Amino acid sequence: MFDGAIADLVTELGRLPGVGPKSAQRIAFFILQSEEEDVRRLADSMITVKEKVRFCSECGNVSEEERCRVCVDDRRDRSMICVVEEPKDIVAVEKTREYRGLYHVLGGAISPIDGVGPDDLRIRELMTRLADGRVAEVVIATDPNLEGEATATYLARLLGSMDIAVSRLASGLPVGGDLEYADEVTLGRAFAGRRRIEP
Amino acid sequence: MQVLHLELTNFRSYEAAEITFAPGVNVLVGPNGVGKTNIAEAVGYVSTLNSHRVAADLPLIRQGNDQAIVRSTFSRGQREIQLEIAINQGRANRLQVSGSPVRATDFISQLQTVVFAPEDLSLVKGDPSDRRKFLDEVLVARAPRYHSVKADYDRVVKQRTTLLRSIAGTRGASSRAGAESTLSVWDDQLAAHGASLLFGRLSLLNEISGLVSQAYEHVAPGKSAGIAYLPRSFSDIPSEDSLPRNRQALEELLHKEIALRRSEEFARGVTVVGPHRDDVLLTIGELPAKAYASHGECWSMALALRLAAFELMRTLDDSVGDPVLILDDVFAELDSTRRKALAQVAMTAEQTIITAAVAEDVPAELAAQQFVVTPGQVARGN
Repeated sequence: MFDGAIADLVTELGRLPGVGPKSAQRIAFFILQSEEEDVRRLADSMITVKEKVRFCSECGNVSEEERCRVCVDDRRDRSMICVVEEPKDIVAVEKTREYRGLYHVLGGAISPIDGVGPDDLRIRELMTRLADGRVAEVVIATDPNLEGEATATYLARLLGSMDIAVSRLASGLPVGGDLEYADEVTLGRAFAGRRRIEP
Repeated sequence: MQVLHLELTNFRSYEAAEITFAPGVNVLVGPNGVGKTNIAEAVGYVSTLNSHRVAADLPLIRQGNDQAIVRSTFSRGQREIQLEIAINQGRANRLQVSGSPVRATDFISQLQTVVFAPEDLSLVKGDPSDRRKFLDEVLVARAPRYHSVKADYDRVVKQRTTLLRSIAGTRGASSRAGAESTLSVWDDQLAAHGASLLFGRLSLLNEISGLVSQAYEHVAPGKSAGIAYLPRSFSDIPSEDSLPRNRQALEELLHKEIALRRSEEFARGVTVVGPHRDDVLLTIGELPAKAYASHGECWSMALALRLAAFELMRTLDDSVGDPVLILDDVFAELDSTRRKALAQVAMTAEQTIITAAVAEDVPAELAAQQFVVTPGQVARGN
């Protein structure tokens, strides 16, 4: 369809998540028509992110320092660790402002199809962090899908022998939604996880 | 239910085609290979997201294109609903109900169809997978949430089997112990999702078995026919009678069986426990149909299964009308008694879509709205 540079750009953009061939083409032409300085800024920010950002030595979150913002923050509750699959999950939990503990990023979920087993996740690092006995509770916040559930079960078993409270995020109804529109699996889970209302 | 209108774009042999169906019987007539079955297939696909001819979507897209579109308007009671599917090559299909994007589970709960086609002979003669597919299709049509139960279960089996295979290839006791601890997590998932699917199938069988006997009696009077679940994934449970009718108990049973068969699974690198290994036993006069039935009896059995599914759907407590009955090229395969029996049911259905190579194949009482199909085109006949 196109030759040379444009074709290369369309191909590269098409490899990005959520970008199909049509969108890739649209973005490529947008870039072509943009001012050179704008394009340079975009290119620089992409290179900078690769150069500067690394992973927190403690929790595995993205960070520009040795340890991430959450881990160096003295106000955080160091007796709680919330286990998530990806750094972007931390952003989601942080937005709630409900949670004041620390995090641990696994870097994925157990999925034999994708060749991911427990050893490929940062589970050993988690065990090391828990070894000193300062952590009293682990909240497992993996995705509520098959692989996330399997990972949660695996962790729960592993931590079962230790003197640490292990909890799993509840699944249930979206706030502000209508009961009639909830799908059956979600509604079923919500029933299973119902709680008593104290009078 | 009635399909009012069907519009195909780059679907199979059709670059663009439009058909307006009538209530009652619709007959599509045309020589072999002109695309009658493609129409029947499109109606079935827009109802179940499955083709009765192929397992993959790719053959549905007209050669040289990367997208096929099927649009259909159907009526349910007083309501008219529009369905649209874009079948995409190499990308996820796009589903819409009356203009809004929906998920598969919500899409397949809209239009209900029962398709009877020459391929159905494999329900009797074919592999267990053909019979499981029949059962699961009816189960999903009856309770659409089983669409995701089935999808989850299939994924668990795939995950677990991949893991078993990798364990089989591992040397060294320590890495093997690690893999085994991961396996126990997938055991839980297999038992939980497997129990849900098994429970659904058993409940369905309970509902449909009487209807299968009745339908067979209607199609081929004189001999009695039966259907029963064969839980082949359990080594010491020979028939469904000894299975508990309770999800929790089924889950425990699956757990026990998984533990029992561990070494076999390690040796073979396959998941040998679970409803994906089960079968359905069809009997005609006490004898297993697969081994003993004559060719004619096999047809009667296949027909009885489809008619039972049709009957089940139309008599549900929350039934939204008859499913659309689709009879794809089957009259030519049946003798006059069976033709008559099928014609009787077709007459009572809200809507029936029939395909035939020659009009004479179709019983005279069904000579209603006729369409003449020529390559790539459909025109109203009579």
